[in-house]
Amino acid sequence: MTEALRLDNARFLRGNAACPGCPIPKELDTLLSVMGKRTVLVVPASCTSVILGDTRGTPSTVPVIHSAMAASAAIASGVERALRARGEKDFNVVVWAGDGATGDIGFATLSGAAERNENILYVCYDNEAFMNTGIQRSSLTPYGAWTTTTPEGKREFKKPLPLVMMQHRIPYVATASIGYIFDYEQKLRKAKGIKGFRYIHLLSPCPPGWRYDSSLTVEVAKLAVDTGIWPLFEVENGEFRLTSVSKTHLDKSRRKPVEAYLKLQGRFKNLTQEQVQEIQRMVDEMWEEIKALVKK
Amino acid sequence: MIEVPEYSVPLARPKLGSAGKTGFWRTSRPVIDYQKCTKCRLCVIYCVENTIDLMPDMYPRIDYDYCKGCGVCSNVCPHEAITMEPEVK
Repeated sequence: MTEALRLDNARFLRGNAACPGCPIPKELDTLLSVMGKRTVLVVPASCTSVILGDTRGTPSTVPVIHSAMAASAAIASGVERALRARGEKDFNVVVWAGDGATGDIGFATLSGAAERNENILYVCYDNEAFMNTGIQRSSLTPYGAWTTTTPEGKREFKKPLPLVMMQHRIPYVATASIGYIFDYEQKLRKAKGIKGFRYIHLLSPCPPGWRYDSSLTVEVAKLAVDTGIWPLFEVENGEFRLTSVSKTHLDKSRRKPVEAYLKLQGRFKNLTQEQVQEIQRMVDEMWEEIKALVKK
Repeated sequence: MIEVPEYSVPLARPKLGSAGKTGFWRTSRPVIDYQKCTKCRLCVIYCVENTIDLMPDMYPRIDYDYCKGCGVCSNVCPHEAITMEPEVK
């Protein structure tokens, strides 16, 4: 029997329907191995719904509830309360949602569950567009990015969702990137030990949607952090803390120029030099805001 | 938590290869040069499909039944011990 079939610990099994180079199986494997077997996943319509497959078999070794896009946080709240009412102990209810189901369609239930401080973990894997339906823009698509609905590049800015969730004053908010997988794992471990609403925003590169070669997934995810576009931080009970390599990035000279991240991806290939400078300026501005948050 | 009896309801069960033998998707095959491998395990950590197993001697081994040939392992390998070879010559 191979390593993956020994189901003593929760795993995400190989041979699933994810695209080559898609980091979602690895992210879910990390999530399940940290959360353990007594976990219920709630997955709104997204790429993950396809990866989890049909009744002939699923790569997930824990129960999964497929939900409507807008309902995932509400369903997870109900599941958590029902399990608690049955007298169950030591279980985790996890919402695994894409950026569209988090920032656009499901934002009302997400905000509601955060406000009620439901005891669930919400993980948003952010591939920065509606990838499953064919790369349509979402409110988390970054400025200048090509999608099928923004053929000339998006004109608006990416919604700062981790900071919005921070303003809900929930016990734990964190950002993560698949390029720094141990940082992500450590944040999951920390979130598991906290009671209340926990939110992790995970940057998850998408080879077909971001228009880069499938072998560059980890490199792109690392560069997003190294250039400062995607800062790694956690907010625990209101205390803001930078983590992993982002600790050093308050000093501008330690951050790579944003071109390093943008030039790898075909979705940014039509950017003019002025737009690249505009993105660099926005990143520098964001780090000034972070500086103020760290001091607090 | 909730035990569902086997084969009573049409529920999906955990299955290796839920999308079939995904190794057929591969256009290029990662090949490990064990002379160059330093057992750093970065390929095991970063294989996005979880298809690289760690052997008892701490060397990685690729499960070609399910490897989709994305090339992430070859990209993260710091010693260039994994090369991508075309499946069709």
